[in-house]
Amino acid sequence: MRDAVADLVRDGDTVAIEGFTHLICFAAGHEIIRQRKRDLTLARMTPDVIYDQMIGAGVARKLIFSWLGNPGVGSLHAVRRRVEDHDPAPLELEEYSHFGMVCRYVAGASNLPFFPIRSYFESDIPTVNPRIVPMTSPYEDGAEVYVVPPLRPDVTIVHAQRADEQGNAQIWGLLGCQKEAAFAADRVIVVVEELVDGDVIRRDPNRTVIPGIVVDAVVEEPFACHPSFTQGYYDRDNAFYLAWDTIAREQETLDAWLREWVHDLGSHRDYVEKWGTAHWMSLKPEPAMSGEVDYGTYA
Amino acid sequence: MNHPEGGSGGLTQRAADAASEAPQHSKNEFMIVASARLLAGVRNCFVGVGLPNIVCNLAQRTVAPELQLVYESGVFGARPRRLPLSIGDPTLATGSTAVTSMFELFAFYLQAGLIDVAFLGGAQIDRYGNLNTTVIGDYARPKVRLPGSGGACEIAIHARKILVIMRQAQRSFVERLHFRTSPGHSGDPAHDRARGWSGSGPTNVVTDLATYGFDDETGEMTLATLHPGVSIDDVRESMGWEPRVSHDLVETPAPTDEELRLVREELDPQGMYTK
Repeated sequence: MRDAVADLVRDGDTVAIEGFTHLICFAAGHEIIRQRKRDLTLARMTPDVIYDQMIGAGVARKLIFSWLGNPGVGSLHAVRRRVEDHDPAPLELEEYSHFGMVCRYVAGASNLPFFPIRSYFESDIPTVNPRIVPMTSPYEDGAEVYVVPPLRPDVTIVHAQRADEQGNAQIWGLLGCQKEAAFAADRVIVVVEELVDGDVIRRDPNRTVIPGIVVDAVVEEPFACHPSFTQGYYDRDNAFYLAWDTIAREQETLDAWLREWVHDLGSHRDYVEKWGTAHWMSLKPEPAMSGEVDYGTYA
Repeated sequence: MNHPEGGSGGLTQRAADAASEAPQHSKNEFMIVASARLLAGVRNCFVGVGLPNIVCNLAQRTVAPELQLVYESGVFGARPRRLPLSIGDPTLATGSTAVTSMFELFAFYLQAGLIDVAFLGGAQIDRYGNLNTTVIGDYARPKVRLPGSGGACEIAIHARKILVIMRQAQRSFVERLHFRTSPGHSGDPAHDRARGWSGSGPTNVVTDLATYGFDDETGEMTLATLHPGVSIDDVRESMGWEPRVSHDLVETPAPTDEELRLVREELDPQGMYTK
C-alpha cells in the first residue's frame, strides 16, 4: 500500500476512493494521510467518515460529492468546520445529486463529453453549480434534460473481495459505482481482502467487476475497509461510526485520533493488530453461501 | 367531522380523552405507525435513512405484505434480518432479490418510473412540500452545512408518490426555504400538470403532531389529522405559515397493540429509532 500510494497519488491530484457504504478503502485514505499528500481534490458520492478524516488531516483543498454525512449517525464535523467557519481554511465544494455523480463517472468511463439526466428540475442545485447545465433534446420530443460533465479522477482507489495478480477484481454485495469510477480514472489502485489465482477468477467470470487492463496496482490488505465493511468478510463497525461523531467534534480530539491510529502506526497491518483479534472476531458474519451456477464446458 | 372554523375545543377535548386511554407510545412510534399505514397495498418503496427504514419494515409486516424494499445503494427486494443503521448495511444485500449498480438503480428503476413510493425528509419544508437538505443560511458561507441532495432531488421528481416524515417546528416548517434541494409542488397546478414528470410530488406529510395531505387545487399542504392530545393551535404554533385545514379533520388513529409490539419487540428492540 505504501508503494502504491507513493507512486500513484500525487499532490494536487483528483482522487476518488469510492464504495457506497460498502468497500470503502479506509486503509488507502490512512496511507494518504500518513504520506502527508496535499492539495488533493477528493471525489466521492458520499464523503463518509474517511473523507472527514482526510479533510481533518489537511490533505484536501476541494471536495466533489453528492451526500455529505456520517451515514445513519449525522454530520461530518471536520468538513463542516472547513465549510462553515473556514477553520482552519475554506474547502471548495462542487456538489451534485447521487444520480448526477454516478453519471459523471459513467461519462468519464465512456469517453463522453457529458451525460443527460432527468433531474435538477426546479431545484436550486444548478444555481450553485454552473457545471450542471440545462439542454433540450435535439430529437422530436424536444425533452428538457440537464447534463453533467465527465468525471475523470487522476486516481481511483477501489476495494474488492478478491483479485488476481493482474488486478482482475471480483465484487459481490453492494456495487456502488466502483466499476464506473475505476474505468473513468487515469490510474487505478485495487485493494483486496485476498489475492487469488487467476483460475479462481475465471471460474466465475460474471462476478468480475473491474478488469486488470485498467488497474495499475493491486494491494492485498485484509480488513482495509474498517470501519466500512466487506460483504462476507466483516461487518460494518457501526460503533466506530457512532464514536467518530464525538472524536471529530473538536479538531484536538481528531488530531489525537490521527496521531494514535494513523501517524504512529507504520501500516494498516499495525492498525489491524492494534484493534486486536477479539474485535475482528466480533465483526465476522456467519456464512451465507451463494448457490453455484453451471457455466458448462464447451471444448 | 369537525369544521375548523367551528372551533377546535370539542376535538381537543376528545383527543385528550383518547390520549389518557391510549397505551403509552413515543412521538416517533406514532409517526412510524401513521406512516406505515400510508403504504397499504403499495408494491415497491424507495427506503431512506432513519425512520423510513422501520416504517417500511413495519408496513411489510402489516398493511403491505407484498412490499418490495428498494434502497438507493442498489438493492431491490431487500429482506433485512436486522434493522440497518445505514442504507448501505450488509444485511440489505444478503437474501435480497437483486443487487444492481447504482447507475441501474437510478436510471432503470427510478428515472424510468418503476418506483411507486419514496420517503423524503429534510431540515426545512415549505407549504408546497419543497424540501431543503443543503444549507441553513447562505450557500457560500452557511450557518449549518447539511448533507445535500443524495438521491433526493431525482427521487422527488420520479417516484410516483412522495411521503415526508419530519418533526414539526417553526424552524423546519418555514414560509421560505433557505435552499430548494428537492422540488415539491409549485403552487400552480397547471404548471405542475405540464411538467411531465413520472412523480406526482409529495402526497402526505407525517409529523409528531399531525398528518397532512396536499390540496388537489392548489398543491398546498393541508392538515388532515391531529394526533391524540394535539390541538390546531399546537400545530399553528409549530409552523411558519397559517395552515390550510381539511374540512373533514379527524384524529389520527392510535397505534394498535400489535403495531406497537412489532415496533418494540421485532423491529427496534434497542429503541434506536423509537425513543
